[in-house]
Amino acid sequence: MSNIIDKVFEHSTRIIAFSVLLIVAWIFTVLFQNSLDSMQAFGFDFITDTKWAPNLEKFGALPAIMGSVISTFLAMVLAVPVAIGVAIFLSEIAPEKLKSPIGVSIELLAAIPSVIYGMWGLFYFVPIIRDIFGGLGIGMLTAGIVLAIMILPFMAAVTRDAMDTTPDILKESAYALGGTKWDVIKDIIIPYAKAGIIGSMILALGRAIGETMAVTFVMGNVHKISLAITAPATSIPVTLANEFTEADTELYFSSLFELSFILLLISFTIISIAKFYFLRKTRRA
Amino acid sequence: MATIINIPHEKALEVKDFQFTYNGTTEPSLKEISMPIAKNSITALIGPSGCGKTTLLRSFNRMHDLYPGNRYEGLIEFKGRNILEPKEDLIQLRTCIGMIFQKPTAFPMSIYDNVAYGLRLQGIKNRSELNDRVEKALQDAAIWKEVSSRLKHDANGLSGGQQQRLCIARAIAVEPEVLLFDEPTSALDPISTQGIEKLVIELKEKVSIIIVTHNMQQAARVSDYTGFMYLGELIELGITEELFVTPKERLTEEYITGKFG
Ligand SMILES: Nc1ncnc2c1ncn2[C@@H]1O[C@H](COP(=O)(O)OP(=O)(O)O)[C@@H](O)[C@H]1O
Ligand SMILES: [Mg+2]
Repeated sequence: MSNIIDKVFEHSTRIIAFSVLLIVAWIFTVLFQNSLDSMQAFGFDFITDTKWAPNLEKFGALPAIMGSVISTFLAMVLAVPVAIGVAIFLSEIAPEKLKSPIGVSIELLAAIPSVIYGMWGLFYFVPIIRDIFGGLGIGMLTAGIVLAIMILPFMAAVTRDAMDTTPDILKESAYALGGTKWDVIKDIIIPYAKAGIIGSMILALGRAIGETMAVTFVMGNVHKISLAITAPATSIPVTLANEFTEADTELYFSSLFELSFILLLISFTIISIAKFYFLRKTRRA
Repeated sequence: MATIINIPHEKALEVKDFQFTYNGTTEPSLKEISMPIAKNSITALIGPSGCGKTTLLRSFNRMHDLYPGNRYEGLIEFKGRNILEPKEDLIQLRTCIGMIFQKPTAFPMSIYDNVAYGLRLQGIKNRSELNDRVEKALQDAAIWKEVSSRLKHDANGLSGGQQQRLCIARAIAVEPEVLLFDEPTSALDPISTQGIEKLVIELKEKVSIIIVTHNMQQAARVSDYTGFMYLGELIELGITEELFVTPKERLTEEYITGKFG
């Protein structure tokens, strides 16, 4: 009897596992098929063209791609140093009594739905940016800052976890040679945890680049490449969120699908690099 | 109660009425320990697991200070001062009193950088001085021949025995006066163990050595003096041959004849 239950269990879990793979393949196929019209109409120009004019049936994705890349880059530049600082504090400097409450608060922050970061950004951040830089207060810079704040808790928590895997005996060996706390952090802990740290940064990057709700309100949805990071701009997910309901022609619809296909490819690549290259080692530990 | 011999040697360290209590415990883990540590000699600490050997060893370089709430009482004299004083400069102390751990602890860097690490911490930047001292340390640790052609390789590519000798090279590169070994061969095969034991004996020309071991044969093979510890107390300290052949304390005798442990 228990044998039969085991068999049933084994088979059903296998079916569930395979259906996950199937869903991934299915999503890829759907996105690809729906992109075909746009791919045939624009070819490679779709990625390099800067003009996005639905009324002229002209679709160039470069502003959206650039917007995604630049806002994510800004977010990383702002978030990485702070996340490393927070992680160092949590793993090496904070007194034992503080480690756990601060650590838990950071994990809670990481669980806040991104739409809340978006609303908070719109109502509290946009006015600040407007006061400082003038203009509308929406654009790449605001999006970058909101994204940075959004990915920071995750990054800090995972970086701390990676640092915590450094064996005590290794740290003690450096102290035993006359190292200071700072020496041990920079020479032992960071190099030891490097792969895990970089991996978590890349995972955060993957999350930032695909983020929709946190930036939809603060980006502007303007398909224009501007030298000023304070000018309204757009990104791939922002375009998708704003324009699917307006897509009144086949080609418009298909172009949006091609955008989403590009986004999927970017995210997939980033997450694969993080998982299979950098996080391989820490997994084992 | 305890039998502690007077050593004819010059002393490297002297422990007096030393007590140690771990954070969160009320009972001290080391009680009223007094013992001399002879200069340029090897002192072995033996005793059953949990008797406090590691705890005592880690007091000599104040390793317990890395974790909050641990408490020292009494004196450990080193070069005319009590190193248990709060004002003791621990960075400076640890460059004078080095430590080798139970498991090899090669840092995640090259072989060269591992050995140069302590020197660089002391601010030595001169390339040729670093080269000379790294080579000398590796030679003194009897591993130069094996690694001289691959100094830039990752130290984690070495075998366990080689890594442990690398750690010894790293510790002696800064020219300490005392070296603390905490069961340095417990993770090694017999051949590597032999190599480390031979090396430890050679090193006493330059440094004073305290070695913790749960292996009595090892203590008998390498040490000049042996201390037997039991339940946080030092029961007997004597010249190694005498302690193993004619122990003064009944507990020591029972332990070395295998009646418990
Ligand atoms: N970090 C610690 N906190 C509290 N007690 C400890 C700690 N480390 C060791 N002890 C206790 O101190 C005693 C001596 O341990 P230890 O010095 O490791 O013994 P040995 O090295 O001789 O095996 C043991 O009873 C052990 O349980
Ligand atoms: Mg021990």
